[in-house]
Amino acid sequence: MQTYDLEADGLRGLNAALHAQTAETNRTRWEIINPKGSHAIAVGLDAPIDVTVKGSTGYYCAGMNQQATVRVEGSVGPGVAENMMSGEVIVEGDASQYAGATGHGGLLVIKGNASSRCGISMKGIDIVVHGNIGHMSAFMAQAGTLVVCGDAGDALGDSLYEARLFVRGSVKSLGADCVEKEMRPEHLALLETLLERAGADAKAEEFTRYGSARQLYNFDVDTSAAY
Amino acid sequence: MTQTDDTTPRTVPIQSETFSNAVNAEIRRAAETGIYDIRGGGAKRRVPHFDDLLFLGASVSRYPLEGYRERCETSVTLGGRFAQKPIELDIPITIAGMSFGALSGPAKEALGRGASAAGTSTTTGDGGMTPEEREHSDKLVYQYLPSRYGMNPNDLRKADAIEIVVGQGAKPGGGGMLLGQKISDRVAEMRTLPKGIDQRSACRHPDWTGPDDLEIKILELREITGWQVPIYVKVGATRPYYDTALAVKAGADVVVMDGMQGGTAATQDVFIEHVGIPTLACIRPAVQALQDLGVHREVQLVISGGIRNGADVAKAMALGADAVAIGTAALIALGDNDPKWEAEYQKLGTTAGAYDDWHAGNDPAGITTQDPALAARLDPVYAGRRLRNYLKVMTLEAQTIARACGHNHLHNLEPEDLCALTMEAAAMARVPLAGTDWYPGKPGF
Repeated sequence: MQTYDLEADGLRGLNAALHAQTAETNRTRWEIINPKGSHAIAVGLDAPIDVTVKGSTGYYCAGMNQQATVRVEGSVGPGVAENMMSGEVIVEGDASQYAGATGHGGLLVIKGNASSRCGISMKGIDIVVHGNIGHMSAFMAQAGTLVVCGDAGDALGDSLYEARLFVRGSVKSLGADCVEKEMRPEHLALLETLLERAGADAKAEEFTRYGSARQLYNFDVDTSAAY
Repeated sequence: MTQTDDTTPRTVPIQSETFSNAVNAEIRRAAETGIYDIRGGGAKRRVPHFDDLLFLGASVSRYPLEGYRERCETSVTLGGRFAQKPIELDIPITIAGMSFGALSGPAKEALGRGASAAGTSTTTGDGGMTPEEREHSDKLVYQYLPSRYGMNPNDLRKADAIEIVVGQGAKPGGGGMLLGQKISDRVAEMRTLPKGIDQRSACRHPDWTGPDDLEIKILELREITGWQVPIYVKVGATRPYYDTALAVKAGADVVVMDGMQGGTAATQDVFIEHVGIPTLACIRPAVQALQDLGVHREVQLVISGGIRNGADVAKAMALGADAVAIGTAALIALGDNDPKWEAEYQKLGTTAGAYDDWHAGNDPAGITTQDPALAARLDPVYAGRRLRNYLKVMTLEAQTIARACGHNHLHNLEPEDLCALTMEAAAMARVPLAGTDWYPGKPGF
């Protein structure tokens, strides 16, 4: 276990050390202490390493992650795991705005609640939120899966493309072109897999699926009122 | 109209300036279709521009440098404020961001070839970085856009600089739209969207708002790239003083200011013509912001929007810019709107020089298209050579002017070398009206 004191040794040294790890590294387990809400912790990683942040972080923790597993034993600020490509990011607490924004791949697990715009413009990432999510989540979401074990706020899935949304609780309102859809066996199978990977105590059958009605994919003056 | 017989002089038909033929045609088109006009390019209306400025040249008080004999340097370094590897360019004319998707693969390749041969940089666009573009561009600026189409850390680390796009001059405050007819399999895959649908590019970034967030976003990008490469912030010209100041405060190495003549691949005509300010109007306020913050020349200013020749380059630099960027002019150099395709432009209901349906994907010149047959019309080697030639000519022209003003480096051009032909240009450029020592707003008057 490599222990890095962020307060004492600084952000640049941390990210440089993590970036220096390769697929063959034997320094596979890292612990970051004293994060104290710092921004850009463990961003741009690209190695199969496990990083645990002992505390809460600021903006963009684990941004653009590849391969690595980053666990935050606290809450995270805006943009956790933004544009993640692969790997896993697990947040034990809550997440602020834009969690998993534009993520292309990998799994983001938020064990608390996520604020607004969770999964905005997601492009293939899988996100599982154990609690609730805020308004405008999955806005313009292109691909991937957003699973919400609690409730969703206003305008869920507004201007959605091909991302799949599953919500167990209530949805305050659906956004433009987002509709409830039939839950088919392949969706249940996908959901069960993600719930298990995320350690979520929920049954796939309890969820409702939402997706794009695909009515706004090509501009049509007759649908312009949707905006 | 008064009733007359055949011998009475008649009032000739008078077309309305307000309701011109073009305006009336647009009203009829809108009434018929119910859809606003979308087009490519920048503002077509007449606005105060570099043509409204003149260089004074040498006189008794200043002596010129000998043309072709005395050196006039043209190099520029961009991004030395924080980046460990700033960009070194031979000439201060760069190629602005234009996407693969909006442009064909051969066109992007040609831009890279031409820019590299001329010793300057080119820029990606919405949709990400293609291997061909990276291969043929010695210096490649990677745009970081609101859509984040194709964005990934591996390409980010291949870039020679990163340009965070807040806006562009053709549509400050607006996003973009790549219409379905240009979404080929490859474009669709790069953007993670289905083929054939209209692909909306968002108007603001998904994970930050405002200058305080931007500072943190820049920190993140620097950390991911190890503080190696410069980070530019590109804005559409609207509030140039404050936008420049805030970009500097957020940590930008370079500010790119794009005036309303700057082009776009596709936006509503009403947006292009009615939002934003002219390029000429944005330079002095941006420079003033840099000077007030004590970072003029430390943070470089790149100006774009309607740059066409070496005189424009020299004028922008005399007003305080460190470099310029060209987009539309570069496409014309490649072959866009060339009269040799006139017959095909006519079939599309337009004419060479006026073709702006860049979103439609039917470009006879093979530049703004994803149609394989049309794209194949553009030879990237030949087109790249044309762009190289054009960049060289612009540089020679700017050098000619700089020498005539007595300067041995383009960066030594200064506002005192200029005068204005119109009150508007004098006010915007803050240089005297020709033959006077006065401009509107000059202190003391």
